[in-house]
Amino acid sequence: MLQSTEVFPDKPARLVTPTVHVRASEPTVASQRAAPCIVAHNLSAFFGDVAAVRNVSLAIPQQAVTAIIGPSGCGKSTLLRCFNRMHETVPRARVEGSVEILGSSIYGEGTSPIAVRRHVGMVFQRPTPFPTMSIRHNVGAGLRVVGKKLESRGPTDEIVEEALHRAALWEEVKDRLDESAMALSGGQQQRLCIARALATRPRVILLDEPTASLDPLSTQKVEELVYHLRETVTVVIVTHNMQQAARISDRTAFLLAGELIEFASTTDLFTAPRDQRTESYITGRFG
Amino acid sequence: MRTTRGRHILSGGMIGLTYLAAVLATLPLLLILWHLVQKGASSLSIAFFTNMPKPVGEAGGGMANAIVGTLVLIGIASAIGLPIGIGAGLYLAEKRTTALAYTVRFLSDVLNGLPSIVIGIFAWEFLVRSIGHFSALAGGVALGTMMVPLVTRTTEEMLLVVPTSLREAALALGYPRWRTSISVVLRTALAGIATGALVAIARIAGETAPLLFTAFGNQFWSTSLREPIAALPLQIFAYAISAYDEWHRLAWAGALVLITIVLVISIAARFVTRSRFGAPVD
Repeated sequence: MLQSTEVFPDKPARLVTPTVHVRASEPTVASQRAAPCIVAHNLSAFFGDVAAVRNVSLAIPQQAVTAIIGPSGCGKSTLLRCFNRMHETVPRARVEGSVEILGSSIYGEGTSPIAVRRHVGMVFQRPTPFPTMSIRHNVGAGLRVVGKKLESRGPTDEIVEEALHRAALWEEVKDRLDESAMALSGGQQQRLCIARALATRPRVILLDEPTASLDPLSTQKVEELVYHLRETVTVVIVTHNMQQAARISDRTAFLLAGELIEFASTTDLFTAPRDQRTESYITGRFG
Repeated sequence: MRTTRGRHILSGGMIGLTYLAAVLATLPLLLILWHLVQKGASSLSIAFFTNMPKPVGEAGGGMANAIVGTLVLIGIASAIGLPIGIGAGLYLAEKRTTALAYTVRFLSDVLNGLPSIVIGIFAWEFLVRSIGHFSALAGGVALGTMMVPLVTRTTEEMLLVVPTSLREAALALGYPRWRTSISVVLRTALAGIATGALVAIARIAGETAPLLFTAFGNQFWSTSLREPIAALPLQIFAYAISAYDEWHRLAWAGALVLITIVLVISIAARFVTRSRFGAPVD
């Protein structure tokens, strides 16, 4: 406990972004007030016969950043991929239990995974811009698949611009929207992927170690924009980096061997963990 | 000291041998090209491309019908080979581990190794004997059959190079699976697939054996799919085994034209792979 306090001094000082002055509201308070966004109940995820996530039940608050931490192979990415039904795209993978997002069951009978994924954005570890598409078409890819046209000076221009603004990329690409997305740097590509996920205006966005392949400066930019995203969407971020979880999240879930060990406000989890295993992990005794 | 020097000499000798092998590997093509240019270039003229074959004894004449015939046959073969090959390749890449995929993969390798004359006999059995006469269609089918396994395997290889992460990114955006396969995976691999298609076309353009008893050849102008059709390889063969010097000269010129067509397609294939980002049209 003492050690963790040393590693992570009190929260406001840890803010990476000087542009953020005050939080709209204390998120832990907000999460108590508002209905939760994602509610998992007895959620288990399997690869064949192996359970990667076991019996996880948790309620993720709305318009807040929730971090999922844990050692490699603890099932944190798998858990995240259960929230937009991406887990089942892997051969022989299946899910048990239930997940509700904003009150509707995403594994309910008759719910199509495609509809779920259109409302829950996701960004992966490595930037995945579509190599054959321009920057504009990359951002609008999720719109085009539902039949929107993407010509320049069309009605979707605004949506593309707004998404790029929200992903803090607009200034860097506004003059070359019709150029290849592959010409962007790795960090820009990752922000482009965030813009692409935001363009469909999802209520939830899932980030699977979004800064794992980025340099420190790009990482900082992504963290800053994630910090701001909480104002409009619910963010769930899987991260390897405990400092990152401490910097940008309101609540943190600690996963170990597929089980949810502790889920608390980030400040509490890092300064006063209730479980011995959480304390061992955040003080660097394993993982 | 002596051993070190010995090793250097041995190493130098071996490197020299690989150089020699590399030169020998390209030598046949250069010799063939040189020989063809020497023998055939003098008989090439505008007339060669625009005129019909003339009867023995008359000077001049060309292979217009054979050039057009070869293009028609390539067209039929592509119309059959490309859609089936690309479709099968897409299936193999998407459903990699199904029993059907293993079977198709194995059988297309077998088909790829089949002697082309056997494919010709097959086409003859079904499209010539049953109908009663030779036809361009039968020749095109034979060539198309040869193209299928070539295109299938290159398409599969090119699609597998597309990273899974790209597929997942599309699915996560709410793309249906078929849309992911077509607008993301297939499009990303398109340059590679086009290259594979061009290589396959170049490969079948000069085939003779499957045409012998299918397209058959034709001394007259015909573009009808139901009639026998002339083809450069067949025309070259007919002229080369004839007894007339004039025809021999035309055979050389025909060979030069044929090899030029194949070379141009191969070089085009190179360029298709090179061009990276085209304008996003659709």
